[in-house]
Amino acid sequence: MSTTVAERRIAVAAQRKHSLHRSRMWALWGSYIALSVFVVMFLVPPFYTLMTSLKSSAEISAQTGSPWLVRHPTLENFWYLITYPNFQRYYLNSIIVTILTVVVSMVISVLAAFSLSRMGFWGSQTLSTGVFLTYLVPPSLLFIPLFQIIGQIGLINNFWCLVLLYPTLAVPFCTWIMIGYFSSIPKELDEAALIDGAGYLQMLWKIFIPVAMPGIIAATIFAFTVSWGAFLYPLAYLYTSNQMVLTVGIISDLIRGDVFQWGKIMAACLLASLPPIVIYAFLMDYYVAGLTAGATKG
Amino acid sequence: MAEVACRKVVKEYDAGVQAVKGIDLDIADHEFVVLVGPSGCGKSTTLRMIAGLEEVTSGEIWIDGDVVNDVPPRDRDIAMVFQNYALYPHMSVFDNMAFGLKLRKFPKHEISRRVDEAARILDITPLLDRKPRALSGGQRQRVAMGRAIVRNPKVFLFDEPLSNLDAKLRVQMRTEIKKVHQTVRTTTVYVTHDQVEAMTLADRVVVMNGGNIEQVGAPQELYHHPATRFVAGFIGSPAMNFLPCRVQDGANGGLAVRVTDSITLPIPPNRVDRYGKFKDRSMVLGLRPEHLFEYHEQAKPGWTRVDLPVDVVEPMGMETMVHFFVDGVPVCARVDPATHAEPNEILPLTADLNQMHLMEPETGRVV
Repeated sequence: MSTTVAERRIAVAAQRKHSLHRSRMWALWGSYIALSVFVVMFLVPPFYTLMTSLKSSAEISAQTGSPWLVRHPTLENFWYLITYPNFQRYYLNSIIVTILTVVVSMVISVLAAFSLSRMGFWGSQTLSTGVFLTYLVPPSLLFIPLFQIIGQIGLINNFWCLVLLYPTLAVPFCTWIMIGYFSSIPKELDEAALIDGAGYLQMLWKIFIPVAMPGIIAATIFAFTVSWGAFLYPLAYLYTSNQMVLTVGIISDLIRGDVFQWGKIMAACLLASLPPIVIYAFLMDYYVAGLTAGATKG
Repeated sequence: MAEVACRKVVKEYDAGVQAVKGIDLDIADHEFVVLVGPSGCGKSTTLRMIAGLEEVTSGEIWIDGDVVNDVPPRDRDIAMVFQNYALYPHMSVFDNMAFGLKLRKFPKHEISRRVDEAARILDITPLLDRKPRALSGGQRQRVAMGRAIVRNPKVFLFDEPLSNLDAKLRVQMRTEIKKVHQTVRTTTVYVTHDQVEAMTLADRVVVMNGGNIEQVGAPQELYHHPATRFVAGFIGSPAMNFLPCRVQDGANGGLAVRVTDSITLPIPPNRVDRYGKFKDRSMVLGLRPEHLFEYHEQAKPGWTRVDLPVDVVEPMGMETMVHFFVDGVPVCARVDPATHAEPNEILPLTADLNQMHLMEPETGRVV
């Protein structure tokens, strides 16, 4: 009798294993299909951009041949942009604005997050919720009132106004990321540092920032993306080419009336995407670690 | 090196909850004092107040002759070892230990001399370049202790430092901590909920319960002369048996305790005076499992024999625990491992009443 029971158990186990195997197979197929759709949707536009950027204007406007292939590849669009003083200006402005935005945003949000998550003063809970709520206000609602303020300070058509404005977009989310990150650091670590003789700033500098480095990198990437890719504010506040940043410079300079210089626009887009691509490629591992930190112990 | 004292120390949280209800405690120089008690008894809060990590609601804390209520932790010259080690994860073992000295601007050669010395005491010299994540639990615990030792502080504070270790390592580290204390002789306050740790480590044990100190004394004193039922039940493993009883007249003009209708035990003549005034009152009889054992006619002539049905038998190797019920009250006896005991069988038992304790049921006071 015991043998039959054992045999039946083995059979049930085998069946279960079989169905597990099958459901895993279905899951895999599902993932492949979903990922394929994703890849097509997201990689076709950059591919088309690259193809177009390598064509001469004549080839772009020619009616014959497939628009997906390049017959006479040329770097003339890239060469034109690299040697074009306006484009150099936009690039430099974008770099200046972004670096300053990232630095200002990170200094503010790290200090804010540290005090909100660790110093436990009266109202700190409400404040940290408030910080997150400000992130939910869409920038498009703010740009008209902000236009008034920027006008009064006299920074209209001056890229320094962006250094003032972008942190208002980046700081709430960065602070929120950092609050989450700092909160995941065990309380005993600051107590040990306090007893070891550290003040609050030393504790922040020597313990919290190094331990929360993945979070800081995640927040930095976010601030960078906000600043590098912002379109609405520079479009509203900047109108001469010496003040413009890449996002608005490209469209205002390379679209003349109803003439779209597609080859140059595409090349400019690719050149403008280089810094984010490089930064993401180097910091991707940290970024992912930063976004999932605190989800599990250890 | 320093004395530590608490004078009527109270800790009250915002909601009006008192975690510590006015305790008085004096800790001598070089002394190793263990605060022990169940969760929520206020032992950790007391330690954290000594460390300066919690504010004192009222009362005074003295370290080395000064009131330190308003002194920040870093100026109290204390070192603390935490339950979860609290090592700085991004620093090497050396840097972890050197951190406090660096902040205090010690010269480099002095820092490395002290760290090397502490590493030698704790046997972690080969680990100095590693990061905490590459260490085992026991090694992390040593580093945490090393961080305390290098500072050469006035007082060591330990907050349940062994709770995260497995049983075997815990015993090993316990010995280690005792050895370190014998070497450096720094005044130590140690918090644990484990009474075995408390008994083995302490010069003096402070038993706390519900924010109050129940009793302070040397480990042997607490074991043999508990002041309250709580201490009697908390110290010793397995815990003391408590049986409701009544003191009444015994044979030959003596006294006896009547536990049930069928069980009446004679009180030793030398205790008759002490217990006489409780005659005809309901009391609680306390008997440790080790003072309750199998009955042998030849070995213990004249001892009272009680036959009880066995409930559960737990062989431990060097001894065997046997559990019974007396009138619905669970009782544990520690018998010789050679004794044959099976569940539901009757086992003849006897008790060493020279080791008995008698308590008032209302106050829990041992009389």
